[in-house]
Order: sequence, then C-alpha cells, then structure tokens
Amino acid sequence: MGSLKEVRSSIEEAYKKKLDRPRIIVGLGTCGMAAGGTKVMAAIETEVEKLGLDVDLDFTSCIGMCYAEPVVEMGLPGAASVVYGGVYPEDVAQLIESHMVNKTPVTDKAEIQISAGGATYEGIPVMEKSPYYEKQVRSVTSRLGRTNPERIEDYIATGGYAGLEKALTMEPQEIINQVKISGLRGRGGGGFPTGTKWQFVADAVGDKKYIVCNADEGDPGAFMDRSVLEGDPHAIMEGMMIAGYAIGANEGVIYCRAEYPLAIKRLNMAIAVAEEMGILGDNIMGTDFNFKLRIKAGAGAFVCGEETALLNSIEGKRGMPRVRPPFPAHKGLWQKPTCLNNVETFANIPFIVRNGGDWYASMGTEKSKGSKVFCLTGKINNTGLAEVPMGITLREVVFNIAGGIADGKKFKAVQSGGPSGGCLPAEQLDLPIDYDSLISGGAMMGSGGLVVMDEGTCMVDVAKFFLNFTQLESCGKCTPCREGTKRLLEILERICDGLGVPEDIDTLERLAKTIKTSALCALGQTAPNPVLTTLRYFRNEYEAHINEKRCPAGVCPELLTYAIVEDKCVGCGVCIKACPVGAITGEKKAAHTIDASKCVKCGACVPKCKFDAIVQA
Amino acid sequence: MAICKCTGEQVESPQDVQLMELLEHYREYDGALIPVLQGAQDIYGYLPGEVLETISKELKIPFSEVFGVVTFYSQFHLKPRGRNIIRVCLGTACHVRGGSKIFEGLKEILGVDNGGTTEDLRFTLESVACIGACGLAPVIMINDDTHGRLTNDGLDKILEQYE
Repeated sequence: MGSLKEVRSSIEEAYKKKLDRPRIIVGLGTCGMAAGGTKVMAAIETEVEKLGLDVDLDFTSCIGMCYAEPVVEMGLPGAASVVYGGVYPEDVAQLIESHMVNKTPVTDKAEIQISAGGATYEGIPVMEKSPYYEKQVRSVTSRLGRTNPERIEDYIATGGYAGLEKALTMEPQEIINQVKISGLRGRGGGGFPTGTKWQFVADAVGDKKYIVCNADEGDPGAFMDRSVLEGDPHAIMEGMMIAGYAIGANEGVIYCRAEYPLAIKRLNMAIAVAEEMGILGDNIMGTDFNFKLRIKAGAGAFVCGEETALLNSIEGKRGMPRVRPPFPAHKGLWQKPTCLNNVETFANIPFIVRNGGDWYASMGTEKSKGSKVFCLTGKINNTGLAEVPMGITLREVVFNIAGGIADGKKFKAVQSGGPSGGCLPAEQLDLPIDYDSLISGGAMMGSGGLVVMDEGTCMVDVAKFFLNFTQLESCGKCTPCREGTKRLLEILERICDGLGVPEDIDTLERLAKTIKTSALCALGQTAPNPVLTTLRYFRNEYEAHINEKRCPAGVCPELLTYAIVEDKCVGCGVCIKACPVGAITGEKKAAHTIDASKCVKCGACVPKCKFDAIVQA
Repeated sequence: MAICKCTGEQVESPQDVQLMELLEHYREYDGALIPVLQGAQDIYGYLPGEVLETISKELKIPFSEVFGVVTFYSQFHLKPRGRNIIRVCLGTACHVRGGSKIFEGLKEILGVDNGGTTEDLRFTLESVACIGACGLAPVIMINDDTHGRLTNDGLDKILEQYE
C-alpha cells in the first residue's frame, strides 16, 4: 500500500453507510461472554432470521458497563442507538419486536442511548449525561464497545493509524518532544515519565533496539489492559510502531498473559491484517520505516509483570528479575536498548501524536496529566471500567460512577493498586486520584484496580489474602521477599486464628519496613504495603483480633461464635437438622441452644433459620 | 517415542510427529524454549519426561535448564490432566464476593483438592490469581469459557456441560 489516505476515505464512507442501517450489536468481550453474551447472540440470529428482518448483526467488545452485561445495542437509521443491559435469550424476541419492528425502545431495559447526531428518545439517559459516564473522559477507551475489534476498517474509520501516518512525516525527536510535553507517565503503575524513557532509549547506543509491550496484567482486580487488548488491539500496535519510529527500533514484542486467550486471538488477527495491508512490515505506508511485531504468550508467573523478569521470560528463561542498573533502556532484551511500556501507555500514544502533547496535558493535575482507566470492582453497585481525568476524587469514583455500596451497606475501604497497593479508609475518600496523592495516602496507582470493600470485610483477612498471593508469587531469588513475605503471612495467619500476641504488631511493622527497603524488585518492595496501610488505618481491627480475640467484621472463622437469640427462636428444629456435628439441641417449640465446644463454626445453620434467631459475633 | 510392546521397536506416535514439526518451526527462533514447551503441552496435554528430554536435545538447552523453566511457571504440568480444566478465580474482587465458597463447593462436588484431577480424568481443578473478569465476580473459567456471577447452587449445571 502506498498511502493510507487513498483508502481511508472509502473506508470511512463504508463505515458511515453502516451507521445508516438497522443494526444489532452484542458485547462480546470476556465479560460479555462470561455473562452469557454468546447465547444472546445466537438467540438474536434465530429471531432475525425467523422474522426475515433486514438488519446488520455485529459484535463489539466491552463498553465498560460490566454490571449490565450481557449488553446489546440496537440502532435504527436516523435515530440514537440504545444500549440494553441484562439481556438474556428470553428477552430477545420482545426487544427485537419492539425496537427493530415497531421502532419503540424498551425503556425499562435501556441503560443509555448513544446519539450520532440523530434524534434521541425520551426517558433514556444519553451516554454523556448518564450517571456512569458523566464524569468520564473516553479517549483510550473511546472505541471499546463502539467498534468491532476484529475489523481493521472500523479502526481506520474512527481515526486509527492517522497517528502513525502523521508520525511518519515528523522527525523522531519531535515525536519524543510531544510525548514529553504531554506529561504522560507510565500507566503500568510506576508512573515514570514516558517521554524521558523514550529519550533514554533513543540516545542509547546499539545496532538494534526493541519495543516491548507489557501486557502481563496480573494484579487481581485489574482488567483494563485486557479490555483494551480485546477491544482495540490496533491502538496498541499503532502506539508501538510510533514508539519504534521515534526511538529507532524495528522490532516489537507484545508479552501477553496466557490467561487472556481472547486478547491473544484478536492481537494475532490484527497483526495479520495489518501486515496484509502494508501497515506493518517493510516500507510502512511507502516510507523507509520497517517494523515487525510478534506476540509472546506468558506461562503463568505474576513476577513477569516486573520489567526485567518479563525480558528474561521472553528470552526463554525463568522469569526472575535482574539487578538494575543497567536499566532496560540501555541493556534490555538480548542486552539491546529496549523501550518497555504498558498496554495503556502505548494506547495513549496515537491520540497524543494526533492531537498534540498540549491537548493531553490540558487534562489532569499538575504532575499527573491526562486520563486513567480504572477497574471498579468489589461491593459496589456498578462494577466496570471507567476512564476518568486524573485528579478526580475517590469519592466521585465510588459514589457517582460506581453508584455507591451494594446492598445498602456502609463503605469501609477502597483497595487501590493490587497486591502492591494499599487500603484507603473513608477519611481518605476526598483524596484526588493521581500518582503522588495515592502514594502520600499509603496506597499507589498500580495498574488501576479499585476494589471497594464494605463493613463485612475484615481488614486483617484482606492483608492476609494479599500476603498469601505475593508469597506464592515471589520468584524466590532474593531473601527478603522469599523469606520475609512468608514470615509476614505466618504472623497474619496466627492473628486471624486468634493466636496473636501483642508484640505481633511491632514485628509486622519492623519486618514490613525491612522487606520494603531490601527486596530486589518491585514485587518484594511493595509486597508489605497491604500490611502497612491496614495497620495505619485499621489498627483497631488488629488489636481486636489480638487482645479481645474478636473479628469485628465477622469473617475470621476461628474467632466467630454462634448463639441463638431466645426471644426469636420458635423451636422449629430446622437448625438442628442443618448442624453437621450435633452442636444444637433443644425441645420442640422451646428455644434451642448451641454448644460452643462442639460448634465447628461452619455457619450452615444461619441461612436455614427463617426467624433470624441465630447470630454470629 | 513409545516402545512397541510386541516388537520392542521404537515407534513414532502422531503426537511425536507433531512435536518434531513444532521443533523444526522454532529451531532458529530466539527464546524458543517457552513457546516450544507451550506447544508441546498442547500436543500431549502435559509435559512427559521423555518430551522434555527430546526438547532439551533438539534445542541444545541443558535438561536442568528446561526443567527449571517448566517448574517455574504455573502453567506447565508434569502430570496428566483432566479433559476439562476448571480455573477458579481467587482474585481480590472474587475474594470479597465469596470466590472461596465457590472453590470449596467445587472441591466437594469433584472430590479433589487444589490442582487435583478427578479419577475419570474429566476435570482438573485449580485456583488462579485473577482471570480479569472482575466485574462479574465471582468467576470461574472452564477451558476457554468464562462463567460469571456464580452461586454455589448453579455449579452442577455448569459442570454438566462438559464431558
């Protein structure tokens, strides 16, 4: 292909025509499929065929409203398209009849409507004004749920590869300058200025340089990289190609978690079609720039998210971190200068090149520019993916976008930054979300997972959960991480089992600080964070476990006791049958009792009692 | 290579042929070991000792290094596995939404522990740190299918779909 300009206008025209046709689009990201999206798709196909409708059927990725999955969008020419949530196969016939045949949207199933300049329907929130999207700014996520990720035409028609086209007319140094002006910082969590990193690699001496994309998103509670990989694979490739041109590399590797099979499939498809069209390969768009790209699937090791461990893994070795310096910018993959960035960082690049660094820097705070994609999970009403400007407060995210705490319970903490992050309490809800504020609060940005916890979560148990994770995932190369996290975990387990002693708190603190300063890589250096922040904000829970042998949230089984409230018990005997060890006794129609010495605290009796007579304390 | 019980000769199974093709493809490739091990595991379902020896010899990588890599990564397996692999997510989002109860439930239904395979080789059960479908927690993955928003009551029905 000579220039993309020649084909772009015809692709754009075809895309516009597509929007002038009646269409039904099903969200088929991993989350959509998990909620049953494929079955909904099949039901739609059957129904459309049965009615003989002239309708385009298509699929897209995750629009971000995971709470509403399975999601189906229906659109008619000249009108806004309506996104329906919670659509199951049994709803399909009625939805199609009402929306596609009678042209009347089903308001009570509609989540939002997306206007493309046409008329809008009454009674359905417009996307930009709906509670979930109102405070969001969608750039990296702008194509998610809007285009078919398996078709390069959709990508090009929505401005794709225009950034690369523009970059190829610029001087490499000018691109690096724009990235510097943008203020973009590494979205993997470290927050190192991207432009500065690029400059290091560009200035490094080497006959061969590499671009590596870290798509080994392993933080429990974070899935933004998966969503972008599945929903907009070309954007990552475009970002990597621009990086390659800017720093003088002609080879790139995407290191993707093997747990993301759909992402790997769509990336493979995207690479193949881009090569076919001359966007990837030799003499890209008729210039002298060559770039080839391959995918390396991970093999299951959390530590491979650490940059030097990731490089070892690509080289076919055990994924253990290397001592730095030398940094990858100077000696990375195969000892050559390597520019290693995260998925979301690369996905931002085409927008920055197209719109200029100043445009990007106009969003966010002084030291954290632009937008950041967060994954909202845990005990909230609206779980999903949200792209917000840096500097927005935790409160706005939890209570406005995520819709507050589920089941009418009380907010307790928000866990940010995965196992390396920390738990922030209600007092910190007005903290602006940016790299430096989160660190000052004791947590960190991490890749962007926000797990919200309610009053039913035990913070000692949460710390134990994370330590169990990091202890299992420690590669074992350095002693502080290998032995230290194990000892931390042992102490936490003892406390949860009711065997804690008052000295434990001091030991935990001392050990945590030692590991933080002496571990080899970021995994070990940040592993104690969950312990340190829970001790900082929820010390009273540790004290209750140790001194009063009580778990205030009612989670740690060894510290629970069950009792029957005499006034409420009618003596029906259901709990006696439910108890597997015969700890409950009592005459018919008289209040029963639980023998604490026999009770194994399985809790089987609680849901069986229709009178809420069994309490745990 | 298998040894024929009747003649005592070495015979090549169709899987061995596939392995040789795989090795041929990756011979000149930088960092071939992990992709080859992944491919070999796809072919055999797990990584038998003889296969590791063949890989070591063909790629000219010391056996100790091959074994070191296999035991480092959680996705490589040295023992036969079930036809269907159940991965129970125990990530943070699933943890706070009761993922461990699902895990306990599956252990009870299948009668195996973490990493265990049922006697009829129908299922292997294992826990994973995060599948990345946190919005639908608690979640499990069977082979490449993800099942979300689970409750213990629905588990039997899901398992029925897998032979």
